[in-house]
Amino acid sequence: MNKALERLYNGFIKENPTFVLTLGMCPTLAVTTSAMNGLGMGLTTTAVLVLSNIFISLLRKVIPDSVRIPAFIVIIASFVTVVELLLEGYLPSLYSSLGIYIPLIVVNCIILGRAEAYAYKNPVIPSFFDGLGMGLGFTFALTCIGSFREILGAGEIFGYHIMPESFTPVSIFIMAPGAFFVLAMLTAIQNKIRKIASTKSKKVSADKPKGCNSDCSSCGEGGCAHRFYDASAKDKKELAKELMGTNEEADMEIEDLDKEETNE
Amino acid sequence: MSDLLKVSSNPHVRSKASTTSIMLLVVISLFPAAGFGIYHFGVRAFWIIAITVVTCVLTELVFELICRKKITIRDCSAIVTGMLLALNLPVTVPFWIPVVGGVFAILVVKMLFGGLGQNFMNPALGARCFLLLSFASIMTNYEVEGITSPTPLVTLRAGGDLELMDLIIGNTGGTIGETSMIALVAGGCILLLSGVINLRIPAMYVISFAAFLVIFGGNGLDYNFVAAHIASGGLMLGAIFMATDYATRPITRVGQYVYGVLLGVLTGIFRIFGASPEGVSYAIIFGNLLVPLIEKATAPKAFGKGGRR
Repeated sequence: MNKALERLYNGFIKENPTFVLTLGMCPTLAVTTSAMNGLGMGLTTTAVLVLSNIFISLLRKVIPDSVRIPAFIVIIASFVTVVELLLEGYLPSLYSSLGIYIPLIVVNCIILGRAEAYAYKNPVIPSFFDGLGMGLGFTFALTCIGSFREILGAGEIFGYHIMPESFTPVSIFIMAPGAFFVLAMLTAIQNKIRKIASTKSKKVSADKPKGCNSDCSSCGEGGCAHRFYDASAKDKKELAKELMGTNEEADMEIEDLDKEETNE
Repeated sequence: MSDLLKVSSNPHVRSKASTTSIMLLVVISLFPAAGFGIYHFGVRAFWIIAITVVTCVLTELVFELICRKKITIRDCSAIVTGMLLALNLPVTVPFWIPVVGGVFAILVVKMLFGGLGQNFMNPALGARCFLLLSFASIMTNYEVEGITSPTPLVTLRAGGDLELMDLIIGNTGGTIGETSMIALVAGGCILLLSGVINLRIPAMYVISFAAFLVIFGGNGLDYNFVAAHIASGGLMLGAIFMATDYATRPITRVGQYVYGVLLGVLTGIFRIFGASPEGVSYAIIFGNLLVPLIEKATAPKAFGKGGRR
């Protein structure tokens, strides 16, 4: 279950497809003229992503390595067709406002990227959560961009008028340039937040208390109890270098650690 | 060693011109156009110019204070941007338009890309296009003394006749600074004589635009039509003051000729075949984007390189 949460967190925040990986820019910029369109596009992509991840993960031992990309495309295209027909049948207004961008989900690089990078190498359950996390991260990003563009460009959100009468809509925000402005600003803001967060977490390991020999295992819980210095996970590589002394041995140790990480 | 032989590192030839002195000259050369705008459109034009300039300078100051960067408002470039933007606005705009435009010009187009000299696009024109796309009806509301009159370009497009003298003096509708050809050329002469700009870009711009009109304008070699097109709209303002912007024009000699011709042709395409009657702003910012390519293609060969093999 921890793995599932980790995958959701990874897709939603750590490797958010829009703000961090900057994948799937075509639908991100083109359909986010309103919050509703962004939400619709995000959820449609999420549905396709989850289903394709599950099936590619199920078939990962069957698909030969040399033809995996065509196989992925066939699987993804089938699900896109299913979703497209469902949308046309039950949500015709969303279907008409998203237009050509629904069939274009087939070539959305988030979906192909997750198939190639995750689902093809991992079991079904984690692949499902990976797809769900990535899809929800994409939906969140698209809805955010769509909301900002709709508020600034039309004074509305989800179709409800919220800005005062005296506000003149800045219609450039629902045109193509506005998509770039909003995407750039939101990415910049989240980069700033990320930077602040990472410098805060680094300070813990930087402020080594006196007498700390960088080896938490020998210190046990009696010392700082990982409050000031934590040699776990991320610092293992640096620790290995310090402990092993010579570079060659350290490099070997690091290779081993890398292998461990990939095995995990 | 004799006193005549002075050993020093390069540069050996220095110019006394500084950014501040050049920018001040540009501001002075904009005075005729601004003055005529105030005379022609009334005191409201003065307030719009003042608000735009103050907004631009304040935006630069506040941005540099917040980001703890060196304060550069003393180089006067924000004043030039503010004046150019104000001269590109119709006199009827509500007073918040120059504020929005000034903030956009300095913050988004100039400071976010690294400040003066790093901007890839003329800030004043970038802001004008931003405003034009965002508030189309406000930005094309041209009124003279309470009467909405079509701009010369609209009349030209409809096939109407114009008094050429009106266009040259500036007794027409349009934005604050673009109407008077005489005032703009007078400002251009100050810049030319003081060596701030040279004739390459403006001359190639006007000549290639005229040639384009003769070929594609639909009226053949009609002097009145071509002259009216050159004298109306933002062509003179754009050719003299904005196409020659140091940061966004090519630095190579050949590149400047190419750039001038490109602007003329683009303006012609936008004016004759485009949806809106005016196209100078879009032509220049589009040209700005191609400047790196032009510079790359026209970079001079270093001595000893190239030649016949």
